[in-house]
Amino acid sequence: MKHIINCLVENQPGVLARIVGLISGRGYNIETLNVGPTADPTVSKMTIVVPGDSHIIEQVTHQLSKQVDVIEVVNMTNRRHLDRELILVRVATVNHHTRAEIVDLAALFMARVVAVQEDSVTIQMVGNQETVADFLRLMKPYSIVDISRTGVIAVGRDAPESAAKKG
Amino acid sequence: MNDKADTDRSSPATQPLKTGAQCVVDGLVKAGCEVLFGYPGGAVLDIFNCLYEAPFNFVLTRHEQGAVHMADGYARATGKAGCCLVTSGPGATNTVTGLATAYMDGIPLVCITGQVALNMIGNDAFQEADVIGITRPVTKHNFLVRNADELPDIIAKAFYIATTGKPGPVVIDIPKNVQKAKTAAVPPEKVTMRAYHPDVPINAAEIAQFAERINRASRPLLYVGGGAISGGAAEVLAQLAHKANIPVTTTLMALGIFPETDPLSLHMLGMHGSVAANYAVDHCDLLISAGARFDDRVTGKISSFASKAAIVHIDIDRSSISKSVRADLGVHGYVTPVLEAVLPFVKPAEHAEWLEQVNRWKERFPFAYPQSTDALMPQYVIEQIDAVSAGKAVVVTDVGQNQMWAAQFFRYTRPRNFITSGGLGTMGFGLPAAIGAQFGRRGEPVVCVTGDGGVQMNFQELVVAVEHRVPIVVVILNNGFLGMVRQWQELFYGRRYSGVMLSQHGRAPNEEIPEAPGYLPDFVKMAEAHGACARRIFKEEEVGPALREALASGKTWVIECIVAPEANVFPMIPPGSHVAEMINRTV
Repeated sequence: MKHIINCLVENQPGVLARIVGLISGRGYNIETLNVGPTADPTVSKMTIVVPGDSHIIEQVTHQLSKQVDVIEVVNMTNRRHLDRELILVRVATVNHHTRAEIVDLAALFMARVVAVQEDSVTIQMVGNQETVADFLRLMKPYSIVDISRTGVIAVGRDAPESAAKKG
Repeated sequence: MNDKADTDRSSPATQPLKTGAQCVVDGLVKAGCEVLFGYPGGAVLDIFNCLYEAPFNFVLTRHEQGAVHMADGYARATGKAGCCLVTSGPGATNTVTGLATAYMDGIPLVCITGQVALNMIGNDAFQEADVIGITRPVTKHNFLVRNADELPDIIAKAFYIATTGKPGPVVIDIPKNVQKAKTAAVPPEKVTMRAYHPDVPINAAEIAQFAERINRASRPLLYVGGGAISGGAAEVLAQLAHKANIPVTTTLMALGIFPETDPLSLHMLGMHGSVAANYAVDHCDLLISAGARFDDRVTGKISSFASKAAIVHIDIDRSSISKSVRADLGVHGYVTPVLEAVLPFVKPAEHAEWLEQVNRWKERFPFAYPQSTDALMPQYVIEQIDAVSAGKAVVVTDVGQNQMWAAQFFRYTRPRNFITSGGLGTMGFGLPAAIGAQFGRRGEPVVCVTGDGGVQMNFQELVVAVEHRVPIVVVILNNGFLGMVRQWQELFYGRRYSGVMLSQHGRAPNEEIPEAPGYLPDFVKMAEAHGACARRIFKEEEVGPALREALASGKTWVIECIVAPEANVFPMIPPGSHVAEMINRTV
């Protein structure tokens, strides 16, 4: 099972390397990783998607919590949350029929066509993990020329004090 | 060099400006540094310039690895943070083994490394290495100092991080221009860190469950690790063990935390542990792990480890609980306050049947070794160190057979009197660590038990002991082999001795050196060349007198004991095996 782990860290050089090294150094795989600033400029938020059973994930969260620059670790999978990923995908269009089909499908996912080329269209799509996976499965027959993904970001739906505090 | 920018930031005009280098020395003084081990070089010249009038002792080692092991030995012997200072590039990379050694065993160290100037970093400058990147996986934390204004704060934080929570080594990488820059910054009154809170409140519910489990158990066993040593838990541990009559076994790292002369002591457990301790683990119905981490050298086959027992795991490192063996109850906290909290709730108990059983194992299977008429047995040498020092020696070991015999045949009664590289198993640790230990424990007998292999890995540090009149006694158990590897080759690889011969005995003719003695190198000459006293002995009757003379001399000594070449360490539970597969050939 995939787990979404949110990690608040000191916004300092070297923190990303320490976290990535910690996870990969133990042989755990990172599926996606997103880092960005928070409302507090001295704090960054990392969202890490790690596949693994609950024992592995427990180890990962404890190991992360232990780091001197890690303020808080929350396994979002265990609580009510919203997760989203933004993808930019360029799909080949053989002719105007396929282009129309692709644009129709995109519309069903509330995705936007952001660029049209002679032989392809570029679609911007936002969704949670399942929706993105569904959309990509439908795009696959049209031959995906290029794809860029932000990785998953997640936010809790409940008050922040329910978050697992470090320690 | 960007001195100007730094000077401009200086705040209150009342504060005199100091260089970054001076901040380093002042920070060390403030942290209580008594002795700094290290090696100079281009990127730390400014700090060395300030050391010229520093109030603490600087010890010039002969290799940076020696400096870290000395700081480590000092830390293990005293409980205080060890300090070392090395230059950039090769100086810093030479510390990696020492840092990893300290990291695995949770030893507090602060290691300061010079770095090329900030504007040169990443340019492949002379003696540049990515020390932050290289040391990241082997340190508890590391800092690259970008500005002299941060230095006093970072040094205070480094000591705080190194000595709190699960202790560990911390590296401070200081670029040369930061050492030269001037600052008005002063050290903080108190270290506060938003993201690091080592103190864990005691959880009353966990304590209640813990007490209940102890009170319900009929065959309880305390399994105590190095965390109990760093947490100073000897007293409360003894109270708990005696109150409820719980036998105690310790890991290699915790020898001495509970007196091995106590009837409740089962000595060490694990691969080369006592039969009684390993049988007790296999039969107990409650295993209380205090500051131990279920290392594979302790557990053997994980699935059958303590299979009849409920497991309570006390650890300050939350990630250690249930890491390799699933705990039925995890108690997150320092060992001492946790045991102190549970003690009042523990009911006095006899456990007569259980203790009788355990004592039968102890009587039937003591640590023993075959007697030999023609060769000196290494185990006898260890027994003599115990006897001659009246059990008071601080024993510092290297790694391998010498380490295991030192653990088995000396009865440790006080914490911090057995110093060894447990987790990483670093050969070459013993000699420098013994020197560091003696710096911390002046006036006490310090004996380094080492082998003919390991001692050659950092022999150059012997000169440091001589120079500083550090009267360690180095006992080399010379069996002409890399003994532990040879033992494994004997037991598991059909006696095919590959790459383990140190003496000339049994060599192929084309590898013989007829003009040289059978044992190479000549450790007596080598020791004398370093200014130490030395003697080579061959017989049992020589051991006691040699040790007595060395320990009484107040000088640095090397006693080379030519011992039985193929003596083995038993008992031995083969790696990944259950206690039932133990090999024990003691006659």
